[in-house]
Amino acid sequence: MKLLGKLDWSAIPIHQPIPLITSLTILLLIGGLLGWVTVKRWWPYLWHEWITSVDHKRIGVMYCLLGLVMLMRGFADAIMMRTQQAVAISAPGFLPPEHFDQIFSAHGTIMIFFGAMPLLIGMMNFVIPLQLGVRDVAFPTLNSTGFWLTASGALLVNASLLIGEFSRAGWLPYPPLSELAYSPGVGVDYYLWAIQISGIGTLMTGVNLVTTILKMRAPGMDYLRMPMFCWTSLAANMLIVAAFPILTATLAMLTLDRYLGFHFFTNDAGGNMMMFVNLIWAWGHPEVYILILPAFGIFSEVFSTFSSKPLFGYRSMVAATLFICIVSFTVWLHHFFTMGAGADVNAAFGIATSIIAVGTGVKIYNWLFTMYRGRVRFATPMLWSLGFIVTFSIGGMTGVLLAVPPADFVLHNSMFLVAHFHNVIIGGVVFGLFAGLTYWFPKAFGFRLHEGWGKAAFWFSLAGFVIVFGAFYVLGLDGMTRRLQHVDVVEWEPWLLVSVAGVGVMLLGVLCQVIQLIVSIRSREVLRDESGDPWDGRSLEWSTLSPPPHFNFAVLPDVHGREAYWTTKAQAIEREALAPEPDYSPIHMPVNSATGFITAFFSTLIGFALVWHIWWLVALGFVGAYATFVVFAWRDQEDYEIGIDELRASDRERRHVRQNWLERRR
Amino acid sequence: MKLRGLPTAGLLLFLGGCNRVALLAPAGPIAEANRAILLNALSIMLAIVIPTIVAALVFAWWFRAGNRKARYDPGFVYSGRIELIVWSIPILVVIFLGGVIWVGSHRLDPARPIMATRPLDIQVVALDWKWLFIYPEQGTASVNRLVVPTGVPVRFSITSASVMNMFFVPRLGSMIAAMNGMQNQLNLRSDADGVYHGLSAQFSGDGFADMHFAVLSLPTAQFARWVDRTRAAGPSLDARAYAMLARQSQDVRPFTFRAVAPGLFQAIVGRETAAGPGPQAGRGGPQVSPVTPGGLE
Repeated sequence: MKLLGKLDWSAIPIHQPIPLITSLTILLLIGGLLGWVTVKRWWPYLWHEWITSVDHKRIGVMYCLLGLVMLMRGFADAIMMRTQQAVAISAPGFLPPEHFDQIFSAHGTIMIFFGAMPLLIGMMNFVIPLQLGVRDVAFPTLNSTGFWLTASGALLVNASLLIGEFSRAGWLPYPPLSELAYSPGVGVDYYLWAIQISGIGTLMTGVNLVTTILKMRAPGMDYLRMPMFCWTSLAANMLIVAAFPILTATLAMLTLDRYLGFHFFTNDAGGNMMMFVNLIWAWGHPEVYILILPAFGIFSEVFSTFSSKPLFGYRSMVAATLFICIVSFTVWLHHFFTMGAGADVNAAFGIATSIIAVGTGVKIYNWLFTMYRGRVRFATPMLWSLGFIVTFSIGGMTGVLLAVPPADFVLHNSMFLVAHFHNVIIGGVVFGLFAGLTYWFPKAFGFRLHEGWGKAAFWFSLAGFVIVFGAFYVLGLDGMTRRLQHVDVVEWEPWLLVSVAGVGVMLLGVLCQVIQLIVSIRSREVLRDESGDPWDGRSLEWSTLSPPPHFNFAVLPDVHGREAYWTTKAQAIEREALAPEPDYSPIHMPVNSATGFITAFFSTLIGFALVWHIWWLVALGFVGAYATFVVFAWRDQEDYEIGIDELRASDRERRHVRQNWLERRR
Repeated sequence: MKLRGLPTAGLLLFLGGCNRVALLAPAGPIAEANRAILLNALSIMLAIVIPTIVAALVFAWWFRAGNRKARYDPGFVYSGRIELIVWSIPILVVIFLGGVIWVGSHRLDPARPIMATRPLDIQVVALDWKWLFIYPEQGTASVNRLVVPTGVPVRFSITSASVMNMFFVPRLGSMIAAMNGMQNQLNLRSDADGVYHGLSAQFSGDGFADMHFAVLSLPTAQFARWVDRTRAAGPSLDARAYAMLARQSQDVRPFTFRAVAPGLFQAIVGRETAAGPGPQAGRGGPQVSPVTPGGLE
């Protein structure tokens, strides 16, 4: 047995300039960053305040940072795919199939698992305890572990760029193509272990946030007083808890096929690949709603805040959310109408799918009526939300179109389909994320983002998005299928050129976002949020300072109505005074823990070693991870006390700020 | 287009394809029905979606903070009447659409025969990375070129020798999956002479981009002549030739077999023949990108 298993120098793509130069540049950047941190002596700060932090706000910020970096990586993949298809018309282009196939597989995998999911989970992590009026999530160390496991998965996917290869079988590795017989390389293994490790992290988060919302609300925060974002997050996390085990099990079966010669999905010995397709979409369709439901929550907050009106039809919205949550589990077959099920089955699932649109339609109308008789302020988050309504209505419509089996028979896997799901994921999830980022950024960092650059980013992103995916819709109607490394139909050329131009416009949008961040950081004193409530908000997160103290609330708020903070503000205005200073009593906060980071370190080793069949390292990784868990389980100190003085000092600062606000109103 | 042996066909395709969007230019009854249902469903939904989008923009603009004429009523948070309408509109649309879905799914079930005349049987095998079309009654076969008689219903039986693919001719309509060890039925008919683009609509590996084929729809008499010509020349598709064919190859130019071993298709479906062997250049291991074998010559 070789010491390094299958790994040797041939794993490094020395003869392929694109991945080689890219990964060396990235390594150089990371090296420079680490060097800078060392020179500046920031390690102790990073270690104590971030890496080992169990503060839900810090973890949320780290999740978002990971998501944003991965969003950039996925976008780079998108640029390469668009460019390749634009130049490979009756020509080979610059990316050979074995490279192109990795790029589109990585694009989908990264965008869903390491871009959108971390951003959403990060936002839920940051916002939910603040909105519920509590000090942390139910299981703080588990939270940290979940994050670091996600980061571990992202690291493995990106390591495949330099060491070996990534999967060439698509973002969902359909067998038998993904079986050992047809994909003997390490690409699918990288995919499997990266998703398994990060999937465990996601499941942990799901358990954590469901428990937090069900069990840890401020006094008086009944279910029907929770902000809509908490409701949609609850639904999304229940879906995570219910659906992610299916993903884990399905990928485990494929893993057994590839590693131990099982025959779940192989061509021989009674394997059945249709079962993989069936199972993966039993996870995959709820996953779509795991992504979109929290975004719906963000839009609800934004529409209400920037219309200076409570959310219209709150109970109706709760009902629609739970309706979507349940029905989302009954429609997965529409992903494979063309596999050959009978007419009855196809029709039943087609109708079930269009029924989901009822819940979504209700939501859209309720947002409309939230603006109705409101005072709409067109701040950046509101622009993203309005852009969402327009684009998502179209994306939802094409989705229902694809749910009509005879229409799907000509549109399945076409560029029309690609246009549809980008239409809902960019127009829905990504616009929602950007709305949320701009909306909650001042809460996290104490200063607002620059409005001008934010609006420019919105308009460029919207225009680019319309150009790219408008062209895709046409290409789909012209019979173009997806994932083509080169194209032999000249009629498609004009639209492929249009779409690559659109990517250029989207790139401008991305650049605006980067500039926005830099400009905002540089002029943070001007953009400083002194009040803690920059948007005249309605829920409890705006009652704290920006950024909030690490314990969030010196005294847990007492909730009396649906719009907890709005009610408090209204009372203060009416009485022309803040509520009397409360009695403080000492509180306990969880201690920092390196458990998550160390566990993820060993998980990365395990994943990498399993990919390359380095069995001793696998064993070492498991021993290390288990030992970390044992040390954690036997720790003596779980929390520490914060005294009355510190709480009082912090709360007086907050009250001072609120007093100023009240006086300015007079 | 890779139609080296048939320049006229290439020209035909060029003329036929100009200024036309494939799915909106059906060349047969199935494609026509697909288009009809696509456009019907689209119009039903547009009737709701367009007013919704317009309303969203109008509401946002009229109720902008700066508009003194707009009424501000933060207490307007519930209205039973609006809720009723808001739930009814999508429900009514879905009920209507549900009917379309139910009827359409049954009428356009790919396995449902097209009535009128006796269909021509064609057996389709997806290979890495080319299509094999077997004409069981005629006893011939064709690779990467499908020839059908115009106006005659064709009953396709579809399977795969290796990984999953999707048989699709956009201008003839509905697609269906090609899967190993299974066979799917698809009934299509071409009503106009011409050359159509056919493709796989399911990614199947490195050679996927070349898994397209030309569909020649010929008048019945010309089709018969093509069959005769095919029978007269070319190799024979026996077990050995099939094993060669099943090996991975990319960008295979069309050719025909004068004869086919009887029962070959059933043997492939029944997994009596070995499954497509996967990469032979040892695509895996630490080697990142060994070149996959080239054209079959």
